[in-house]
Amino acid sequence: MITRNPGSWDFHGGIHRPDMKAMSAGRYLGKMPLPQRLVIPLQQHIGSLAEPLVSPGDRVFKGQTLARVTEYIGAPIHAPTSGTIVEISDQPVAHPSGLSAPCIVLEADGEDRWWDELPEPLPWFEEMDAALLRERIRWAGIVGLGGAAFPTSVKVNPGPDRKIQTLVINGAECEPYITCDDYLMRTEADRIVEGIRVLMHVVAADECLIGIEDNKPEAIAAMQKAVADSDLTTTRVVTVPTRYPMGGEKQLIKVLTGKEVPSHGIPAEIGVICLNVATTAAVTDAVMAGRPLLSRLVTVTGEGVNNPGNLEVPYGVMMADVIAFTGGYSDKAYKLILGGPMMGFTLQDDQVPVTKATNCLLVASREEAPDPDHALPCIRCGKCVEACPAQLLPQQLYWYARSKDLDKCQEYHLFDCIECGCCSWVCPSHIPLVQYYRFAKTETWAKEKERQAAEEAKRRHEARVERLERLERERKARLRKKKEALEKKTAGDAADPKKAAIDAAVKRAAERKAQKQSSEEPK
Amino acid sequence: MKFPVHTSPYGRLPNRVTGVMAQVLLALVPGVAAMIWYFGWGVVINIAIASATALAAEAAVLRLRHRPVKRTLMDLSALVTAALLAIALPPLLPWWLTVLGTLFAILFVKHLYGGLGYNPFNPAMAAYVLLLVSFPVDMTRWLPPEMLAKVHLTFGQALQAIFNGHLPASLTWDAVTSATPLDEMRTQLEFNKTISEIRQSPLWGDFGARGWEWVGNWFGLGGIFLAWRKVIDWRIPAAMIGGLLLVSGIFWAFDPESIPFPGFHLFSGGTILGAFFIATDPVTASTTPKGRLVYGFLIGATVFIIRTWGGYPDAVAFAVLLMNMAAPTIDYYTQPRVFGERENGDG
Repeated sequence: MITRNPGSWDFHGGIHRPDMKAMSAGRYLGKMPLPQRLVIPLQQHIGSLAEPLVSPGDRVFKGQTLARVTEYIGAPIHAPTSGTIVEISDQPVAHPSGLSAPCIVLEADGEDRWWDELPEPLPWFEEMDAALLRERIRWAGIVGLGGAAFPTSVKVNPGPDRKIQTLVINGAECEPYITCDDYLMRTEADRIVEGIRVLMHVVAADECLIGIEDNKPEAIAAMQKAVADSDLTTTRVVTVPTRYPMGGEKQLIKVLTGKEVPSHGIPAEIGVICLNVATTAAVTDAVMAGRPLLSRLVTVTGEGVNNPGNLEVPYGVMMADVIAFTGGYSDKAYKLILGGPMMGFTLQDDQVPVTKATNCLLVASREEAPDPDHALPCIRCGKCVEACPAQLLPQQLYWYARSKDLDKCQEYHLFDCIECGCCSWVCPSHIPLVQYYRFAKTETWAKEKERQAAEEAKRRHEARVERLERLERERKARLRKKKEALEKKTAGDAADPKKAAIDAAVKRAAERKAQKQSSEEPK
Repeated sequence: MKFPVHTSPYGRLPNRVTGVMAQVLLALVPGVAAMIWYFGWGVVINIAIASATALAAEAAVLRLRHRPVKRTLMDLSALVTAALLAIALPPLLPWWLTVLGTLFAILFVKHLYGGLGYNPFNPAMAAYVLLLVSFPVDMTRWLPPEMLAKVHLTFGQALQAIFNGHLPASLTWDAVTSATPLDEMRTQLEFNKTISEIRQSPLWGDFGARGWEWVGNWFGLGGIFLAWRKVIDWRIPAAMIGGLLLVSGIFWAFDPESIPFPGFHLFSGGTILGAFFIATDPVTASTTPKGRLVYGFLIGATVFIIRTWGGYPDAVAFAVLLMNMAAPTIDYYTQPRVFGERENGDG
């Protein structure tokens, strides 16, 4: 089935703020040269930590699998270049609290030599089973490159009983400042369209809708041309209005198809799968060239850098090196933000590696990212209600999150919050609302874990008690049986005819002996 | 390189509490100017007394509570409370009543509940009701509008009247003051006069009373400015006015000679001021979109009920306070449908 008038729907709320994209839009700064040392985190995706397949001292080649995942949700990690494994240890990573995480440290040999065991390209993918292609996507370590880094192989596997009607390709890029998807669409529209062909086959969708915000006319034109030049008949480029968070998965799906992803549900439940444009291009590389995901486009922007633009960066490269390569910090550099200004987070230190999720390094000036004011009390003005794209009541959630009333938070649909930051943005009291919701979510998860642990402990305790009781019962039963057997034996002794005959014989013999003795006695 | 950290979103946030309150104060200007025009200098003096008292009381209580004084005063909320209370008071009210009301509003209604954002009742209206119930004579001694007044007090004379209770030698209080039109309407109806008889008096204008209705218009103008600036949600004033017109319209249709027509209700007393400035106080109002419609409508209906059958001529303050109490319940039952929530007829 084909969607009629795609893009004619709307989502509630959202905000307008200057998109600040002109700074970096369309500007390409080249391919980041490989540094000598790469720090490759084992966790670059949502899901389980990848387990290393190599050890220090091993020589590895570009594209070689360095770490694999055995659980369903996860993505393997590959070597961005050839070289030697130096160590596998905890290193500082891009984390809001500056935590360290396990990483593989790779010393590059400068030869950048490809692994000779890479899988073959699959230009005949249309004759192949979807499961094999999903396996290829999984092998390539592809995750959502919009910033969420959810494993793509899981996303494109809706399950056998879910019919996918629409493949949504997300080129909205609604976060201010970021232009890497825009650049990719402008320059590599064919690669994206090729990926769409693969994905249409993998998920067996009826149609594909490519959503792009109307502040990117060059990207729209390039994508339209690429689609027109292809053999895709049910693929359409849909221009959507520029409004944050248009690029939120649920919001874009609503605007394009009119369907709402169910609360606590996933798009596949309404016959939709949504992937980012850069993810789609990575699928092309995996299937058509047999190459894993080794690098990505990163936007470096803000008043804090001398030369904003986009560049291709292998993961594992230090952010400080990336910024130095683009032209370094300007005098105005004040804050380093990973991601956009709405959903990104500040980093304390730039000595952390770029990962698959790094879409933007925003070096903001003091004017662009002033220190927050002191928050005033909530005056219940309801601006957040108007802005919330999930149609929640942020002021109520705030109230309950503050008082740690987690049950009430759930009642007010805490977990439908997409953490887009619209409420915090419009709040006249400058309350960091999203922080409170993150806190409440984490608390809820912790409580849930605790509850599960308690339940597990209880279950184990009960099992133990039962086991002991059973052992006791069995012991008693055994004893009883033994006793019964003994009793039976004594009782049976009396009853046994053979024994009785013997006893009688013995008795008779004794009597005879006694008689004989008495008769033999001298009289 | 090392960088400072703080939580998203990053950028200069577009809204501020101070900005919200400043716009409310700005929107009051046309209405207050009209009041000064029709009722003289007493209005200004009341606002000045109330504002000074409010700032001093707020500063003192913030110090006692170990809260930042300057930053909190800068939110301007105390000034808004003071202005709204002062506007509702008779222009020549003795100064200490204005002070008493303001102190009650700031200390008891606002800060005893936790300060800005935590008060369940509208401070200005609670203080107004306190004064009205405790000092009914002073609180109902209004002035006639400019075109009907026999005397016009100068600024100095108004000051004297408010602070000393002295009028110029030739004048008596009865000559200077008059009942409010709502009071007049009520008294005349109690004399079993018909509306058409009552409206023969030169007191009445096109809809409400002369002068009074124009004050309403100017407050309405400020209110529309606030709704346009999205400082207030249009739903509350629209629903309140709608509720008042609808309910009064129904009763008026049955008995046009003893129930004043809807336009009268709209342009009398505190209806317009209440609809745009009082009922919309965000802290004490309903916060859900649907809830605001319900909340506004119920205030409108309650205003009519109290004006018609209640013990007081005007009812905006009572109606607002009653619905302040109902607001949490209204909010609870009018939660919007969450994105992606399965529709069970609650859409």
